[in-house]
Amino acid sequence: MSAQLAAAMTLSAGTSTGEAVQFWILGTVAVIGALCTVFMKKAVHSALCLAGTMIVLAVFYLANGAYFLGIVQIVVYTGAIMMLFLFVVMLVGVTAADSLKETIKGQRWLALLSGLGFGILLVGGIGNASVGEFTGLGQANANGNVEGLASLIFTKYVFAFEITGALLITAAVGAMVLTHRERTERAATQRELSEKRLREGKYLPPLPAPGVYARHNAVDIAGLLPDGTPSELTVSKTLRERGQIRDVSMEALGDLKALEQRAGERLERGMPAPADSEGSGAKRSEEASK
Amino acid sequence: MNPVNYLYLAALLFTIGATGVLIRRNAIVVFMCVELMLNACNLAFVAFSRLHGNLDGQIIAFFTMVVAAAEVVVGLAIIVSLFRSRHSASVDDASLMKL
Repeated sequence: MSAQLAAAMTLSAGTSTGEAVQFWILGTVAVIGALCTVFMKKAVHSALCLAGTMIVLAVFYLANGAYFLGIVQIVVYTGAIMMLFLFVVMLVGVTAADSLKETIKGQRWLALLSGLGFGILLVGGIGNASVGEFTGLGQANANGNVEGLASLIFTKYVFAFEITGALLITAAVGAMVLTHRERTERAATQRELSEKRLREGKYLPPLPAPGVYARHNAVDIAGLLPDGTPSELTVSKTLRERGQIRDVSMEALGDLKALEQRAGERLERGMPAPADSEGSGAKRSEEASK
Repeated sequence: MNPVNYLYLAALLFTIGATGVLIRRNAIVVFMCVELMLNACNLAFVAFSRLHGNLDGQIIAFFTMVVAAAEVVVGLAIIVSLFRSRHSASVDDASLMKL
């Protein structure tokens, strides 16, 4: 408590040089993270950049005397919400590559322009405001930040707090209603599926296995047909949709070419200098005797 | 350091988020940009709280976080069910109310 109090006291008046250094370094990181969130092509990268920005913001909260909010920011935002985002990206994003084709002509430039205008408006508004100096939270945090927040939440804001509880319950029920799917008919058994395949005459035997006999057996390598072309049927549908099939049909030819080249180099070096090869032979016999 | 710098940073992050909402068409990324805007507002609230020396700003930031959590839960559920019916997470494809 005393350490917290001391920290609160240092926050009471003005800002230190250390805080300015921290602000400029971490502020740059936060802005870069935000820009990467917008401009990264893959949703996973965007999510990770956003998580970085949120951690930086948590440090800012801590530096501003909001100890409880800083920890909540890390635990709830980066810990729970961003992981939920990543979860959904993994669930949905398999085929969800963002197409770069514009559906509305000039939309990107107009969006950038309006964003710029909005930013100038905001900055102009802030520039006109007289902000003054920090009063500091030394007095408000005197009994500790959590106690101060609690005494406000359970007195002045108790109604909003209870409504928040109702909101959370509604959100939980809503999520369940939205994602729940009632199964209206019985799932088909294996026998019924095979009979259906037979009736349709599409593909009767089980699907061929991935991998190339005696060389590669990884699941992302398409099996080769007798004529040497890879068969996409052998790789799982998810990998096919992600475009993560490795093609090794040309690898054997490449290996052969490399082998021939190496053999050629060795022969060319061996032929013009027989004395050298004799010397190397002598060396080898020496090594063998050792 | 002038306290107004925190407000400028919050404004910058909010603007970047808003631009991202307009530019991107992957529904998940649009959603992340909305989260970025909410976080920028929280930073401004926390800075105001220290500026005025009382904790009301932090309380409002706390409520914003709770609302954002509820919003994420419902929004991601909508995205997942949209993806189920349309096999795409692009906001351009969701031009009809029903499949």
